[in-house]
Amino acid sequence: MNRRIWGLIYRHICMYRRSWPRVVEIAYWPTLNMLIWGFTSSYIAHAHAGPRALAAGALIGGVLLWEITLRSQMGVTIGFLEEIWSRNLGHLFVSPLRPAELIGALAVVSAFRTLVGLFPATIIAYLLYRYDIFAPGPVMLLFFANLLFMGWWMALGIVSLLFRYGAGAEALAWTLAFGITPLACVYYPIAALPVWLQPFAQALPAAYIFEGMRSALAGLPLDWGKLAYASVLNMAWMLAALAIFAGEFRRARINGALISIGE
Amino acid sequence: MPQDGQRRSRGMRTSPLGTAPRPAYPTPMEAIRIKNLVKRYTHTLAVDDISFTLAPGKILGLLGGNGAGKTTTISMLLGLLTPTSGHITVLGHDMARDRFPALQRMNFSSPYIALPARLTVRENLEVYGHLYNVQRLKTRIGELAEQFNLTTLLNRAAGELSAGQKTRVALAKSLINKPELLLLDEPTASLDPDTGDYVRTMLEAYRRDTGAAILLASHNMAEVERLCDEVLMMKTGKIVDRGAPDELITRYGREDLEQVFLDIARSGAVNTESEAL
Repeated sequence: MNRRIWGLIYRHICMYRRSWPRVVEIAYWPTLNMLIWGFTSSYIAHAHAGPRALAAGALIGGVLLWEITLRSQMGVTIGFLEEIWSRNLGHLFVSPLRPAELIGALAVVSAFRTLVGLFPATIIAYLLYRYDIFAPGPVMLLFFANLLFMGWWMALGIVSLLFRYGAGAEALAWTLAFGITPLACVYYPIAALPVWLQPFAQALPAAYIFEGMRSALAGLPLDWGKLAYASVLNMAWMLAALAIFAGEFRRARINGALISIGE
Repeated sequence: MPQDGQRRSRGMRTSPLGTAPRPAYPTPMEAIRIKNLVKRYTHTLAVDDISFTLAPGKILGLLGGNGAGKTTTISMLLGLLTPTSGHITVLGHDMARDRFPALQRMNFSSPYIALPARLTVRENLEVYGHLYNVQRLKTRIGELAEQFNLTTLLNRAAGELSAGQKTRVALAKSLINKPELLLLDEPTASLDPDTGDYVRTMLEAYRRDTGAAILLASHNMAEVERLCDEVLMMKTGKIVDRGAPDELITRYGREDLEQVFLDIARSGAVNTESEAL
């Protein structure tokens, strides 16, 4: 691994091992969400057999999988915000660390945060609700990877906003991904949306991934075409996010935002 | 903290920073070459057509009141800011197109930029050692800890240190990669006179032993008189005068650099450098 990337990852490892509140925060919301929606699903499944029981399973799967995107997005943005909060960005940007390496390091940190954050929720889902997220098989890894990737490009968009608007845009780190949840079709098919909203949902990889997940849970064959389309969409969004990031970084170096970003 | 005499004797060793004397630059090359540098914001002209060079092994002071353009100039040298026009070459690299190889060979310290407070001093130095790809990092950290009297602080969180201790850690960080060019913004701010003197001795020794160039922005005129070979006086974005400290003091008919600074700062009109000279 590139040593500069490792240096930044090491910085976050050191921080987390000295701050248990940060570690608790990583797992807190996924665990709480799993408890709330798990009991709700459990109630639906026991009260109603058949299709409604299947919907209950889809609800738990949706909660777990959508948390991957939310946590991976927050992992990158909070990692970046940590540098703003500790007034360390100035040192990083005058070191030989390239912007691409900064993104790479934050993506690795984000992947670890996501794994750690979702581990308790996955265990709870299995022990309390007999829900095994890995039951559909290795295809789930493709779902995970796509959702992780989606969180990363969303995070790049938010970091770009931080470059433009400074730490004042910090609230977006916590709220933006939640805001697009209705369009991600986590708990319902695209067809459930009003016709005028459907094109927006179709532009997001998440809608196809969750459709695929519901098919897998129902024992139906996976639509590989849709999964491939979701991957292509992810790549397109990532390229767009990288272009925006590069543009905002260049702009920040022109207007001095790299110096005043914490204000 | 060791006594002052102990520090001075340590500072007089052949290689007080644990670095072998570095051979001179292979080719006669400026550490910094700035030509016609301008930085204009929407409503402000922060740096107004300045040019200067800094030779290897020399210490150049950048003086001026608040808003004179010192920080903007240093930020452009570090690649944090893109100039509106003009050229910056650092250690032979054009900073507009090729800044990362230069950043690898330089470093920066300012008490106004912090290091992560949760990390220990050792961890902070390790992080920056990795970022600068420092070989034999453990040994290097040991050397710096000894020289900056940080050995007992290595396992303390950076956030728990006093302002003076933080400044020493920041200086140790700035030398982690044995930079050929060191940019220092108020390096002895927050330090008591004893520790400030110690740090100045360390900087002199580092320059002598490594042949590094140092650009120093400071409001401490005694420090500038002691350390700098040449001084640039800045006012409202321009270089209004330059010269060796003694030369400036003689030219202005004053007793020290502080009086020269006040003369320039309080003069009504902004002289261009050519007028001043």
